Amino acid sequence: MIKMEHVSKTYQTGMPALNDINIHIRPGEFAFITGTSGSGKSTIIKLLLDELKPTKGKILVNGKNLSKISHRNIPYYRRNIGVVFQDFRLLQDRNVYENVAFALKVVEATNRRIKKAVPEILSTVGLAPKYRSFPKQLSGGEQQRVAIARALVNQPKILLADEPTGNLDDRNGWEIMRLLEDINKKGTTVVVVTHNMEFVKKMNKRVITIRKGQVVSDVEPTEEF
Amino acid sequence: MKISSFFYSLKQGFKSIWRNKMFSLASIATMAACIFLFGVFYSLGVNFSRMVDSAEESIAITVFFNEGISDQQIKDIGKKIEKRPEVSSYKFVSAEEAWESAKKDFFKGNDEVAASFADDNPMANSANYQIFMKDVSRQETLVKYLQKVDGVRQVNQSQVAAKTLTDLSKLLSIIFVAIILILIAVAVFLISNTITVGISVRKEEIAIMKLIGAKDSFVRAPFIVEGVVIGLIGSGIPVVLLWFMYQNIVRYIAAKFQFLSNIINFVPEGTVFKVLVPISLALGVGIGYIGSRVTLHRHLNV
Ligand SMILES: Nc1ncnc2c1ncn2[C@@H]1O[C@H](COP(=O)(O)OP(=O)(O)OP(=O)(O)O)[C@@H](O)[C@H]1O
Ligand SMILES: [Mg+2]
Repeated sequence: MIKMEHVSKTYQTGMPALNDINIHIRPGEFAFITGTSGSGKSTIIKLLLDELKPTKGKILVNGKNLSKISHRNIPYYRRNIGVVFQDFRLLQDRNVYENVAFALKVVEATNRRIKKAVPEILSTVGLAPKYRSFPKQLSGGEQQRVAIARALVNQPKILLADEPTGNLDDRNGWEIMRLLEDINKKGTTVVVVTHNMEFVKKMNKRVITIRKGQVVSDVEPTEEF
Repeated sequence: MKISSFFYSLKQGFKSIWRNKMFSLASIATMAACIFLFGVFYSLGVNFSRMVDSAEESIAITVFFNEGISDQQIKDIGKKIEKRPEVSSYKFVSAEEAWESAKKDFFKGNDEVAASFADDNPMANSANYQIFMKDVSRQETLVKYLQKVDGVRQVNQSQVAAKTLTDLSKLLSIIFVAIILILIAVAVFLISNTITVGISVRKEEIAIMKLIGAKDSFVRAPFIVEGVVIGLIGSGIPVVLLWFMYQNIVRYIAAKFQFLSNIINFVPEGTVFKVLVPISLALGVGIGYIGSRVTLHRHLNV
């Protein structure tokens, strides 16, 4: 599903962010990527979104070689990947419903599909009753749910989350983690970047640890009894 | 693009114009000034060139013949004149006709003086061809040619300053083009600034759109709408204004300066605006479109 082979990334500043990374994430997996600040976690997410091009190496996502996707086709590629961030990135001037519908508008979905899909996904993330609220009127956890709903409404095969709980307290953080787990159980491949070791330890998922741009450990979940 | 996306982009475009009212207004105003001046120049231009045309029609070259020339020779000269491409028309004026016309011009009210010449036409040698030009700028060439033709004694050019008129209209059109170009540049610059502000206001939204998988055309569309709408409003207003002004000024001058009615013969507004309206709107929309397209490419790489 996601395959990074000997991937290196050096920013234009000369800063080497990733150095010969090899990661293979299988379909339906839930994987944490963890590591200290500046280790290169967000750089991995950006490479997977085709926002950045690797300096070296090959990236395959959904069987597609990212270096072979033309500029024109990047939007179509991205429609198969949902992404959420630490700071939610919601549109402040639009309510919950509109924020989620936006993701479908942007891919030129029919109004019929929008009317059907948005309420569905909002109830999946538990926000159906608040569909008319504006981001400012919601808690951080709720805002992140909206962001997750927006990322999922287009039914992507992969969900990438860069520090999704970074701005949340423990309780809200756990709720988001549980939600991501549920989403994964329904078949979506989920990759979560975090440096909250509490979640990492208790969730029993695959953990890929990055340090100074290199994979220093890649631990599969222990068998559940 | 789907019809629902089209309406979405339209709505976003209008929103953007509204959200950044001051810049939009400045762009519309510049655009309007640009189109207005264009319209003024155009209206003046067509009227001026009609005046030049009618002046050209009245400008004639007169060709006099050697004494004792035969009718056949005169006919031959006529044929040569006819072949020249710069000639629009020519006519033969006999000595008698020349005298009649001269009498009218010079001896108005002095019939007795005129009558004293009665038996002895003082203009016995003044039979001539009057030539009307298609193109005044080539008058000199024709005169030089005619002077060398056999049997031609003298070539007179009417001294209505043909050259001055053509030179003046050339100069005016150069000034006209220069001013319009400067104004277009200013309008493009302002629209570009407006779009830049629009982009920076919506930077977050655009970043999200791109991450979610919006095509470039979808990201662009609201800004193109913004530019084109500014262009349309900015050209529509001055066109309407010009329409009223033109009608009123023509009417005013016609009423106030009736004695000029032979000289000044205005081009009817229908004829002027049939051309002016589509050109102005196309110019407005074109400037708006290009302004936003260029800006988008520079700032968003879309
Ligand atoms: N646009 C950029 N230009 C230059 N250097 C960059 C850029 N983005 C990141 N870097 C550098 O690349 C390295 C990796 O950055 P990255 O954002 O991937 O780290 P991270 O693991 O996500 O850190 P954090 O946990 O703080 O988010 C850092 O040293 C950072 O300074
Ligand atoms: Mg990061």
